[in-house]
Amino acid sequence: MPDNQAGGATPGAEVEVPFRASGFAPTRVPFVAGATFAAVLALWWISTKAGWVSEFALPRPDEVLSSFVEIASNGTLVKHLGASLQRLLIGWTLGALVGCAVGFGVGLSSLARSSALPLVSAIFPIPKIALLPLFILWLGIGEISKVATIAFGVFSPMVIATFGGVDSVDRGLIRMAQSFGVPYWTIVRRIVLPGAMPAILSGTRISASIAIILLTAAEMIGAQYGIGAMVLASGNLMQTDHLIAGVLVLSAMGFAVSQIIGMFERRLLRWR
Amino acid sequence: MDLIARSITHSYGGMVVLDDVSLTVRSGEIVAILGPSGCGKSTFLRILGGLEKPRGGRVFTQGEPPAKTLNPLTYVFQDFALIPWMSVEQNVMLPLEHHPMADAERRARVASALQRVNLTEFAAVYPRQLSGGMKQRASIARALAVEPAILLMDEPLSALDAQTRDLLMDDLIRLWNETRFTAVYVTHNLAEAVRLGHRVVVLSRRPGRIRDIVEIDLPHDQRAESSPDVIRAREILWSLIREEAITADREISDAG
Ligand SMILES: Nc1ncnc2c1ncn2[C@@H]1O[C@H](COP(=O)(O)OP(=O)(O)O)[C@@H](O)[C@H]1O
Ligand SMILES: [Mg+2]
Repeated sequence: MPDNQAGGATPGAEVEVPFRASGFAPTRVPFVAGATFAAVLALWWISTKAGWVSEFALPRPDEVLSSFVEIASNGTLVKHLGASLQRLLIGWTLGALVGCAVGFGVGLSSLARSSALPLVSAIFPIPKIALLPLFILWLGIGEISKVATIAFGVFSPMVIATFGGVDSVDRGLIRMAQSFGVPYWTIVRRIVLPGAMPAILSGTRISASIAIILLTAAEMIGAQYGIGAMVLASGNLMQTDHLIAGVLVLSAMGFAVSQIIGMFERRLLRWR
Repeated sequence: MDLIARSITHSYGGMVVLDDVSLTVRSGEIVAILGPSGCGKSTFLRILGGLEKPRGGRVFTQGEPPAKTLNPLTYVFQDFALIPWMSVEQNVMLPLEHHPMADAERRARVASALQRVNLTEFAAVYPRQLSGGMKQRASIARALAVEPAILLMDEPLSALDAQTRDLLMDDLIRLWNETRFTAVYVTHNLAEAVRLGHRVVVLSRRPGRIRDIVEIDLPHDQRAESSPDVIRAREILWSLIREEAITADREISDAG
């Protein structure tokens, strides 16, 4: 081989380079989700049927189903669910709107940041259900105290999420708009609001689950109607089949709310 | 419209970034500002367009901007600053929205700006779908749509690969020959400065001072790489920035 030519065959057997980058990339395998649910149901059914678990502690799935059909057909479910959804909707909307507005204030103005942020940070760690007795004293045992508890519980996580979102908006984009003389409120509407939207939506997710917890707790403390009241009453009467049906309704409610938020996310964050 | 900077001095904390920089940009000329990274070029440009208040000195404009001008001092940013949730068209439209004019004129301005940078067919596309070069062309279209009197360009090609940079440089030259805009073109790249600038202002490393101003009195189409005038200008500029570049490089690596 001439000296000035680089490279050349090296003697020895060829060894294939092994693939080393496997794992750490989980994906969804189709039908596994359904199979898992079916397996859990089957286990539940078999263990109750075979008497491994007392029917008193855990009713059979078909009993839960028939009690669900019962409350669904005799109007009990509609009555309870209607009361719950109304509280949830009003309480969450109120808390989220006010929380968003305060979050924008804190994110945009020095005065609001200095005054409201410490206050919100102080409110944030209070378990809001502890305030229900106080709200009942102030506002009576009726709907308003429950709605207020939910709204209050939604408020502070919403402020924190919105404020974080506003703070994280790319300052370069704002400088750009200012360099073109775009007015303040147009910048807020066209740049800050959409830029903060991912954070606001994730705040919506968190605050919705908080709202459902507070709703159930408030209804257990003092309500005639509502899924929480229904679950509590079934427990008191030791009707575990009704109780579990109620819990499943709560689960479905949470799932539905998260689906709705997911829909908004796909719609509003399409640009990503 | 002319742009006049008088004795601009600026510092961040205790660190002096610009020291007594004075410069007049005449209507219709491209002034390239050449200096090593970190010498205060971006700061100077922000001060020129009123995005930052200098510690000392003042900036003036002289003369009326053209009648169609909506935003006399208009930036083109290194990182494009396109709004990710707006289509190319909406991005170009944004600076027009608050100006009172007929909807048809607004749309006509956007269409003509997009056409001048050859982005017409990408009007409805989101920025993330564009290549780097197309992003910068979109941002140039946004600047053209307001018919600026003076363009302030901060390393507009630095985020792009070499081939794209050449193509966009050709675009800029073509655009200048069409409209003879006034521009301040900040760069750390000697070749870009020589290619585009009518005058090249050489800044020293931090604190930025004007070391020299080199005039390149040649039409853009006569600036072939091999032309003796271009070679001479390059040599003069290189001798001015060589030592600075070496020292600046060492300084940054020392700082970690
Ligand atoms: N907002 C700022 N706050 C503090 N220091 C800054 C700021 N902007 C720039 N600097 C510093 O000022 C110096 C000049 O920055 P810049 O004008 O961006 O330089 P260039 O554009 O020439 O690379 C750098 O050392 C940089 O770190
Ligand atoms: Mg810079």
